[in-house]
Amino acid sequence: QLGREHQGITLRGSAELVAEFFSYGINSILYQRGIYPPETFTRVQKYGLTLLVTTDPELANYLNNVTEQMKEWLYKCIVQRLVVVISSIDSSEVLERWQFDIECDKTAKDDNGPREKSQKAIQDEIRSVIRQITATVTFLPLLESACAFDLLIYTDKDLAVPEKWEESGPQFIANSEEVRLRSFTTTIHKVNTTVAYKKDSVP
Amino acid sequence: MAQFLFEADLHGLLKLDTPIPNAPPARWQRKAKESGPGPSPVGVSPMKPANRSHSSSKTPSKTPGKSGSKVQNTPTKAGGDRYIPNRSTMQMEMANFLLTKENDPAEESPTKKEQQKAWAVNLNGFDVEEAKILRLSGKPQNAPEGYQNNLKVLYSQKMTPGSSRKNSRYIPSMPDRILDAPEIRNDYYLNLIDWSSQNFLAVALDNSVYLWNHGSGEIIQLLQMEHPDVYISSLSWIKEGNYLAVGTSSAEVQLWDIQQQKRLRNMTSHCARVGTLSWNSYILSSGARTGHIHHHDVRVAEHHVATLAGHTQEVCGLKWSLDGRYLASGGNDNLVNVWPCTQGGGGDFAPVQTFTQHQGAVKAVAWCPWQMNVLATGGGTSDRHIRIWNVCSGACLSTVDAHSQVCSILWSTNYKEFVSGHGFAQNQLVLWKYPTMTKVAELQGHTARILNLTMSPDGTTVASAAADETLRLWRCFEMDPIKKKEKEKANSAKSSIIHQSIR
Repeated sequence: QLGREHQGITLRGSAELVAEFFSYGINSILYQRGIYPPETFTRVQKYGLTLLVTTDPELANYLNNVTEQMKEWLYKCIVQRLVVVISSIDSSEVLERWQFDIECDKTAKDDNGPREKSQKAIQDEIRSVIRQITATVTFLPLLESACAFDLLIYTDKDLAVPEKWEESGPQFIANSEEVRLRSFTTTIHKVNTTVAYKKDSVP
Repeated sequence: MAQFLFEADLHGLLKLDTPIPNAPPARWQRKAKESGPGPSPVGVSPMKPANRSHSSSKTPSKTPGKSGSKVQNTPTKAGGDRYIPNRSTMQMEMANFLLTKENDPAEESPTKKEQQKAWAVNLNGFDVEEAKILRLSGKPQNAPEGYQNNLKVLYSQKMTPGSSRKNSRYIPSMPDRILDAPEIRNDYYLNLIDWSSQNFLAVALDNSVYLWNHGSGEIIQLLQMEHPDVYISSLSWIKEGNYLAVGTSSAEVQLWDIQQQKRLRNMTSHCARVGTLSWNSYILSSGARTGHIHHHDVRVAEHHVATLAGHTQEVCGLKWSLDGRYLASGGNDNLVNVWPCTQGGGGDFAPVQTFTQHQGAVKAVAWCPWQMNVLATGGGTSDRHIRIWNVCSGACLSTVDAHSQVCSILWSTNYKEFVSGHGFAQNQLVLWKYPTMTKVAELQGHTARILNLTMSPDGTTVASAAADETLRLWRCFEMDPIKKKEKEKANSAKSSIIHQSIR
C-alpha cells in the first residue's frame, strides 16, 4: 500500500478513484435521504470514515453496473456529468437533483508518466465531500412522499449508446434552490458537486 | 432522389383517397382469398355483419383495439377496405412541419444561431450539439410498500406515550425552576453552562458570565467582555470550584477567581474560538475551531504545554475521564478521539482510539462514573445516535437511535442511568437506563432545542440551557432518603480533596 502512495496518479487510477467515489456517494445519498429503508444498509470503512452501503442485491448490482460503466467512460474522458435525480413516486415530480460535474484533463491521455498527487490528499478531499453530503440533511427539505431515484450521465454526443442505456432529458427542477458543495481533484479528473432542491412553496 | 419518393408517399398517405401501392392486402381481399372455394357464414364483403359490429361500437374511438368487441386486432379496424394506420401514433403536426419547412428560407443570421444556441444551453443545461444524456434502464425496485421515509417519521414525531411500566421512582415531569437566560447564543457548538462543586451555576449570555447561587438564589455578574464583538464560547469550573475557565471567540482562555471576581490569567495560544474546555487537576484542555486541542498548565507562565491535532473541524466535545487517564474529544468532522494523558514515544500525542461511526458532529461526550473506560457519545442532526464505547478495546458496546440531535449526555452518580439532551422536534431530555438502554423518562418543556446540560454537585438536579432563552432545572435523580444516608456514610469515609494553589 505504501508503494501506491508514492507512485502518483495515472489516468486509469484516477478513473477508478472517481468511479469509486460515485459509488459511495450515491449510497450515502440513498441512505441519508431515506430513499431506501436504513435497515438495508451496512457500515463499511472507507476514506477513514464509516460509510453506509446497501445490502440489497438488486440495487447493489445496478449500482455496480453504473460504476463499471463510469470507470470506462472516465478513462476515455467522454463523460461530463453524473446526476442523481430524486423524484416522488406518486406525482413523478423531481424534488432533488444531485449534480456531479466532471472536468477531465484530456492531455492526461498523451502523458506517459503519472501525475504527482498523493493518494492521501485525494482521500482527504473525498472525505470532505462525503461528509458534506451527510451534513446536507440539516438544510435539505423533508422528502414527504415515497421517492425513487434515477441516474443520468451526460456523455459526449457521438458516444455509442451501450446496451441497457437509453437517452433521456435533463429532468430539471422547476423552482429550485441550489447549493454548491466542495470539489475534489485527482489532477486528471476534477469533480464539482451541487445539490438542487425544490424551493418550499410555504414561505 | 429518394426524398421525393418519400415525400410522395407522405402526400399520398395524408390525402387518404388513393389506394396505397405497397399496403398489405385489405381484410376483405384476404378473406376472399381464404374462402375461395366455398362461401363462409362470416361476411367477406365490406357490407356484411362483421363490419356492422364495428359500426355498432362506439366511434370515434381513439384506441380501436379496446372497443371490447370480440373481433381480433387487425389492421383494418376502422373501415374494412383500406389500409389506415393507427392515427393516434401518427404525428401529423410533425410530419406537416417537416414537409413545409423545406420551403422556409434556410438562411439564419449567425447572431440568431448564437442566440438559439445560448437558449438551448440554458434550457438543457448543456450544449445539445456536444453532449447527450443517458439513463440506465432496468432500475431496481423501489423501497417496499409500506416503507415510510424514516426522516419524515422522526422529524414529525409526536409525543410518544410513556412506558406503561411503572418507574421505580417518581420523576417530576415539570422542572423545579425556570431561569431566564436572555441573549444566550443559539450555537450548537458552544458550551455555555457549568455547575461548580460549590453550587454555583455559571451561565454565559453572549459576552457576559453570570453566576447563580443555587442555595441562596443570588445572581452575580462575574465578567463582561470589553470588546463588543467578542462573545464567550465555553465555560468550565475547576474541580474545587474556586476558579472558572472562560473560552472566548477571540481565541483566548481566561481564568477567573470567583471570590475576588478578578481575572487571574489570559492565556492565548489558539487562533480561533475556543468552543470547549475540560479540567484535569491543574491541566486545562481547550478545543478550538481549528480542530486543535491545547493543554495548559495553569500553574506556570509558559502555560501551553501540548497540542493535540486530531480533528480537521471544530472541536465541540471535550471531557477528561474521572481518573484523569484519558481525554475524549468529539468534533464537527464526526470523529471521536480518545487521547492518553501522556505523550507517546515520539513526543507527539496520538489518539489511542478513533471512532468514525457517527454520521454527525459529536458534541455529547461523557465518561461513565461507575465503570472504568466506558464512554458515551452522541451525534448531531445527521446522526442522532447515542453510542457507548469501551475505550480500551475500542468496541461499541451499544447503540441507540435517539431520533433527534443529541447535544449533551450526563451520567448519573445516584442511579445507573444517563440523561441526554435533544433538539428538534421535541426538545426533550431523555433518561436512559444503563446497560439495558431503555427509556426511563422523557422530560419535556423546552420550546426550542436544548444546547447544554450540566449536573448539580449533589447529583440530583440537571440544568438544561436551550435556545428558547431559558434554563430549566429538573430534579430527576432525587435520592431516596434512606439510600441517601447510606451514600453519605460511604462518602465521608473517602479522603478529602487536596487543594492546590494557583499562582
